[in-house]
Amino acid sequence: MRNNFESLSELQIDVLREIGNIGAGNAATTLSTMLAKKVDMTVPHVRIVDIQEIANILGGPENQVVGILFMLSEDIDGMMMFILEQKFAHLIINNLMGRNLESFLQFEEIDLSALKEIGNIMAGAYVNAISGLTNLSIYLSVPSIAIDMAGAILSVPAIEFGKVGDKVLFIEEEFIGDDENVSSYLILIPEMNSLHKILKILGVEI
Amino acid sequence: MSKSIIIGISDLNIALSPDVLITYALGSCVGIALYDQAVKVAGLAHIMLPLSSEARDKSNIMKFADTATLELINQMEKMGASRRRITAKIAGGAQMFALQPGNEAFNIGKRNVIATKQILNDLNIRIIAEDTGMNYGRTVEFSADTGMLKVKSIAHGIKEI
Repeated sequence: MRNNFESLSELQIDVLREIGNIGAGNAATTLSTMLAKKVDMTVPHVRIVDIQEIANILGGPENQVVGILFMLSEDIDGMMMFILEQKFAHLIINNLMGRNLESFLQFEEIDLSALKEIGNIMAGAYVNAISGLTNLSIYLSVPSIAIDMAGAILSVPAIEFGKVGDKVLFIEEEFIGDDENVSSYLILIPEMNSLHKILKILGVEI
Repeated sequence: MSKSIIIGISDLNIALSPDVLITYALGSCVGIALYDQAVKVAGLAHIMLPLSSEARDKSNIMKFADTATLELINQMEKMGASRRRITAKIAGGAQMFALQPGNEAFNIGKRNVIATKQILNDLNIRIIAEDTGMNYGRTVEFSADTGMLKVKSIAHGIKEI
């Protein structure tokens, strides 16, 4: 048995995909409430990818994005990162804080706090999906935020996971707004023991 | 015309003058740039982790500060560089996210820089410049013609070291 995501079967990936779908549904509902406007989303794209490929999906390693990082503990150990493209971050802040920003340089401390809170809610939506399906108790740490080159932000989960492998669970969600669509991305990196625990409870043990 | 050679993550390569080695968006990773001025042979590694001995999966020697540095020197020596002439410049090793109590993962940039300095010191390779730490990502371009390391970041523009 290889101790990483590459060893997962199609069935197991389907189960993880379903967790992603439920989480994404929760997230869209919450986002609608927070922004006080209807938010629709496309079917989330859940896949197992090489962490090095993610920077390209995010528009290249030097593209500026927002990364919000959480540690998972209690029944599940690991790391979760919520990534927003620039356009999405502006949309949230402009709607939520009643501002009219076009550049990350204009972000103030309060805007970063608002983004962290959104990250918290979105990450919580996925964590609740896992908890709900497995009855496992998962503690989400306080969020840490960074706005920088995608590659640099990704180096943190890449390094953390690089000790065991290079593949991660990657969930891409497209939200459909009134006039433009925006994407968010979630990287889930459970410790391998925790991943096995989830799959075992869901009846698709390796 | 100089050619640009892109180095990925956990990757390394060497170049001869006038070519340029580039690696994008070093966050907590460290870019190790080695140069032999006499023969104009340059090498650049983009390492992710400090020591190969600490990892379960050691299959990629380019991932670790210790094994990548040794490999880089070997490749440079094959191109005529001499270990006693090689000097080093290092960049990266940022702490991208604010530290949370008890989470070592957030401090990996610093550990990467310490391990890189240690291995270079053990090999008697002098570090002549560095741009490390802080909390931002860096792209580096290393000229095999001049040995100049150009460090680019979103927040702080371009630095040449």
